[in-house]
Amino acid sequence: MSSENKTPRSAVAPVETDADAAIRRLSRRSFILGGIATAATVGGFTWLMNAPPSDGIPGPLRRMLRFNETLAETFFQPSRLIPTLSLDRVTKPARVNGDIGLSEEVNLDDWTVQVQPAKAITATDDDFDEFTLADIKKLPRHEMVTELHCIEGWTMVQHWAGARFCDFVEQMTRFHDLKSVPKYVGIETPDGAYYVGLDRASALHPQTLLCYEMNGEPLTQDHGAPLRLVIPVKYGVKNLKRIGVIKFTNARPGDYWAEQGYDWYAGF
Amino acid sequence: MKRLEKKHPLFTRWNHWVNFPVLTVMICSGLLIYWADDVQRIGLGSVTLVHMKLPDNVYEALHMNQRLAAGMAWHFAFMWLFALNGALYVLYTLISGEWRNLIPTRRSFSDAIEVVKHDLGIRKQPLPATKYNGAQRIAYSSIILMGIGSLITGLAIYKPVQLSLLVTLCGGFPAARFLHFWLTMGYIAFFVVHIVQVARAGWSNFRGMVTGYEVANVESAEGSRP
Repeated sequence: MSSENKTPRSAVAPVETDADAAIRRLSRRSFILGGIATAATVGGFTWLMNAPPSDGIPGPLRRMLRFNETLAETFFQPSRLIPTLSLDRVTKPARVNGDIGLSEEVNLDDWTVQVQPAKAITATDDDFDEFTLADIKKLPRHEMVTELHCIEGWTMVQHWAGARFCDFVEQMTRFHDLKSVPKYVGIETPDGAYYVGLDRASALHPQTLLCYEMNGEPLTQDHGAPLRLVIPVKYGVKNLKRIGVIKFTNARPGDYWAEQGYDWYAGF
Repeated sequence: MKRLEKKHPLFTRWNHWVNFPVLTVMICSGLLIYWADDVQRIGLGSVTLVHMKLPDNVYEALHMNQRLAAGMAWHFAFMWLFALNGALYVLYTLISGEWRNLIPTRRSFSDAIEVVKHDLGIRKQPLPATKYNGAQRIAYSSIILMGIGSLITGLAIYKPVQLSLLVTLCGGFPAARFLHFWLTMGYIAFFVVHIVQVARAGWSNFRGMVTGYEVANVESAEGSRP
């Protein structure tokens, strides 16, 4: 690659007998420059691959994911919905994927979900509100048939029913005004083995459900009984099964798969 | 009598060579992602002729297994460079007027058949001397359309809710994945043919893509190739 670009495209080099010498001179210059560029590229890749890792990937790549996240949050329109489909599009049988945090069967009679508001709002860390499934079911029921996109690439369609997460927040938590909801929501399984972090806008998206029914039946144990998260604006990994704890926080919550190299935001 | 002839503008050369490592990263990281759900196939209905996957031990030998997270991280960083470099190329080509050498003309399709005949040794007489022959015009314009296709299908897969219009345009999410995958196979096919043609065209032609100049014989101005 040469910086020589002054001659017009169709120009004839002045002394034709010197054409070979001229191309030799040009070649030497261009190939030296090309060699330097190649070395710089190799150097750049070496640097990138050996940069201090951040949660399983090179730090600079993690910073790019954060940059993409900022951009996605800036342009996020909560009014944009995932298309809802007709019942005949439901994937049968439903694929069961992921059992982290579901190692033992949950006792449905004892189950409650604990809700922890942001530290700034409550006096102590242990200040939990508790809700039963019956409490959640008092909220308006919403049904939808939507695609669930797994981060691996495959997609399935399911018929979900549950309460909108935003209704739950507004009517049952201390954040009656949705504007006062902290920046993040962290959700965990009862044993804490699986956990996801969500940005506020995605959590409060009108299609984000606290789901208790799938295809007209109460959730089965392997699909997250008695209550799971369905959040179609995120990859499947964020659709946590068997909710145990919901935390509202201004500190970015941990996320099981983000700690293994995946994008924390993982949103559509 | 020999003279130097300007062949490729400085911008085109830099753009071309920057694209090489960037597209390589996009394809390799794309394959790391594809590994996690390698479902594409050549077939119809329940009949599968070719399942587009490598054997497990080849994935392992190439260190391509279990690297979905890394694949996504690289893909979503280098997508910016890929898109930017491509957009700059399109802009430059339009503004500089280079597009006139690249857009297929009415004659390009019949020319392309002659080029293929020539390259297969069926046609004996030399090809007419032009900057880009019919086959090249078609190939170099198609690859730009493919790049735009990769961008559109990629964005549909990346943000299927915010950009659900693009998903619809692609014919649904699985269709977007299908197109995105086959466009990538298209790049690999393009690359193979490109390398063979560059090797056949010889050193002077390759040097033209580095220096920008080619040495031409004035009396017998022979057609210079890719």
